[in-house]
Amino acid sequence: MNREKVKIGALRELLLVIILIVMCIVWTIMNKNFATVNNVMNILRVASYTAIASVGMTMIIIIGEIDLSAGSLVCVSGLSAALIVKGTNNIVLGIIAALVIGALVGLFNGVVCAIGKLPGFIATLASMTILRGIAYIITGGNSVVWTNQMFSKIGTGYVGPIPVPVLIMIVVVIFGVILTTKIRFGRYIYAVGGNSNASRWSGISVEKVKIIVYVIMGVLTSIAGLIITTRLGSGQPSAGTGFEMDCITAVVVGGTSMAGGKGKVMGTIVGVLLIATLTNGMTLVGIDTYWQQVIKGAIIVVAVLIDSKGKSAN
Amino acid sequence: MADVIVKMEGISKTFGGIKALNNVHLELQAGEVHALMGENGAGKSTLMKILTGVYSKEAGHVYLRNEETGSLDEVEMKSVLMGLQNGLCMVFQELNLLDNMTVAENIYLGREPIDGPYMLNRKELNDRAREQLKKVKLNVDPNMPLSGLSPAEKQCVEIAKALSFDSRVIIFDEPTSSLSASETKTLFSIINELKSQGRCIVYISHRMEEVFEICDRITVFRNGEYVDTKKAKETNEAGLIKLMIGRDLEGEPNQGSEFVNRNNVVLEVKNVKIFPDSKPVSLKLYEKEILGMFGLVGAGRTELSRIIFGIDGISEGEIYIKGKKVDIKSPKDAIDAGIGLVPEDRKGLGLVLGMSIKDNMLISKLRQLKSAFLKKEELKSITGTYTSDLSIKMGNENQEVKELSGGNQQKVVIAKWLAMEPDILIMDEPTRGIDVGAKSEIYDIMKKLAGQGKSIIMISSEMEEIQKVSDRVMVLHAGSVTGELDIKEANKNNIMQAAFGGVGNE
Repeated sequence: MNREKVKIGALRELLLVIILIVMCIVWTIMNKNFATVNNVMNILRVASYTAIASVGMTMIIIIGEIDLSAGSLVCVSGLSAALIVKGTNNIVLGIIAALVIGALVGLFNGVVCAIGKLPGFIATLASMTILRGIAYIITGGNSVVWTNQMFSKIGTGYVGPIPVPVLIMIVVVIFGVILTTKIRFGRYIYAVGGNSNASRWSGISVEKVKIIVYVIMGVLTSIAGLIITTRLGSGQPSAGTGFEMDCITAVVVGGTSMAGGKGKVMGTIVGVLLIATLTNGMTLVGIDTYWQQVIKGAIIVVAVLIDSKGKSAN
Repeated sequence: MADVIVKMEGISKTFGGIKALNNVHLELQAGEVHALMGENGAGKSTLMKILTGVYSKEAGHVYLRNEETGSLDEVEMKSVLMGLQNGLCMVFQELNLLDNMTVAENIYLGREPIDGPYMLNRKELNDRAREQLKKVKLNVDPNMPLSGLSPAEKQCVEIAKALSFDSRVIIFDEPTSSLSASETKTLFSIINELKSQGRCIVYISHRMEEVFEICDRITVFRNGEYVDTKKAKETNEAGLIKLMIGRDLEGEPNQGSEFVNRNNVVLEVKNVKIFPDSKPVSLKLYEKEILGMFGLVGAGRTELSRIIFGIDGISEGEIYIKGKKVDIKSPKDAIDAGIGLVPEDRKGLGLVLGMSIKDNMLISKLRQLKSAFLKKEELKSITGTYTSDLSIKMGNENQEVKELSGGNQQKVVIAKWLAMEPDILIMDEPTRGIDVGAKSEIYDIMKKLAGQGKSIIMISSEMEEIQKVSDRVMVLHAGSVTGELDIKEANKNNIMQAAFGGVGNE
């Protein structure tokens, strides 16, 4: 019985990969531009920033919480970096500022959630709103434009044939996989999400684990913010709207349970790629963007239904 | 016997392979207060839950008096609602009330007076509720939310609800455990009034004084079996205790371990208050000793363990480990001080059910490892040791722990603590819900551990377990120590007497 269960668990991940491959084949048949290096890199670049933040979101959802502030943080961290680069022309300072802001917002979310005992949903709903307000306050509603071309390279540059954001994504994914599977702290994330009371009774500082995970999420989100902003070429106070939902979608499609305690970073990455490939292919074959949304929504329902059916079959 | 209103015959009920009730019978009369007594798990509450339709019975017959014909008719109680409609009501402690609704809404939940097809008639609702509240002498606004009431007042609302069904039989399960002395007095006057109206009151309690104060007859259960029914006037406390624990001796008497090192106090608790208004508790635990801690429900055993383990803050008193004062603020501090705790609620507090056996066994150990990186071989050798030491039966260690049987789950919890090599192990009801075979395995493990130098506090509600495993027995009652006995002098009688607060002390 046990062996079968392992099979079904692995089967699910395999299924996602199979769907991804089948989808690629379909798009390739329908449009020969799909399977070009250029387009694949394009897909990966679009996937990169969602993937980076989704690594954090996976951990957040594994501990049984949620982060709604990701979209607003993408905006504020990117804007801050843009303003600093515009003012000082110092890229390093801009990047550090973005990362520090990300860490601080994560700390705020984590403390309100873990020490203040508010549900993560509420804590991050508040910071989402606050940050969006701040974005408009610091820009006065205008876009922020810089002249330093090197700064733009974060989002648009290449190393050989590989876009810089894709390289950053690979590093973050490796970090996420090691953190969740290879080190002690990873076990604590799953334990806290699976049963926070039992975790506490086992000597784990549940509060500390939650705060650290939120800080990781904040930093990763600000990296995504840097990429998104530099790729756009200007800082927009409306940037990143709905970004948190893209992350949550990827995590859920990737098989992580919203109930907490279960999930995998690699599953999420497959989820991100699945959605990016779907969107790219639909655009290439000329499906109307409004219809794309309808189809994406339907895919989420189907993916999660398969997941829950698979689980109840056990 | 015209005034018999309930007759139960040959009732049996099994929970997960364990016989909770075996061929039990009971007769209740109108106008009496009837006490049900017995050790924890004797079957009192289960029997009443069967009568009121909470549980279904596996065998036996229930007869209720037909008020019109006066005959006893057999009834199959299919639901709580059916029980209520037949005039049978069990007053749980706040369990059946909704804090967010008003007093009146609680009393008439699901039976609210309606105007037209849908409209709630709030005035009528409140008027009716006020009438019921008057009967229980509770002077509160029926329109106020229940959350504003004290536990005693809530209980009165429960009784008012029972009266609103015009219940013939009202069952109280440990009604005074959350009441003060004066509130208890009020409750007793209400009970006496209900009795004078010809209703039957069933009173389940561990408190001897109360039982003798208000009850007319007393039925005693033991291990799910009916023992005897006595008139309160014709018996006394000692007689009841004898009935409750039985006379049967089994096995060879436990002489205690010869290895207990009385010169080495491993854990000392000094003047710790379990409840805000209880007497301070002190205890010593010696090296290689199993200290059995006995008490009835509400004695404060689990609460004491929570204080020692840092779950609940310590309000007064001190804890010393190996002579050094320790300040334990969280389970983490306790673990660092060398204490492990196997909790009573295995699934809720002992295990992360969705995680693997391996991860559960290692979760407390991890922080003792030098490297933050997990090394497969190192972990494997740890889990391997305890899986074989405790002979945990499983497919493989990556299996989810929820797939294991209760006994094996408990072994995983024990393994979790052994892995971090504690000096002191507190085990709260270590064999609850575990079958007989696994039980004796766990006893053997405990004895082996003590032999290897660990000290164990075993909290248990099972008399036999206490007598079989402990080297010394400590008895708590209402948050204070009422007995401390060497296992050689401990017998069911003196343990039980202490558990009831010490006969003769009161």
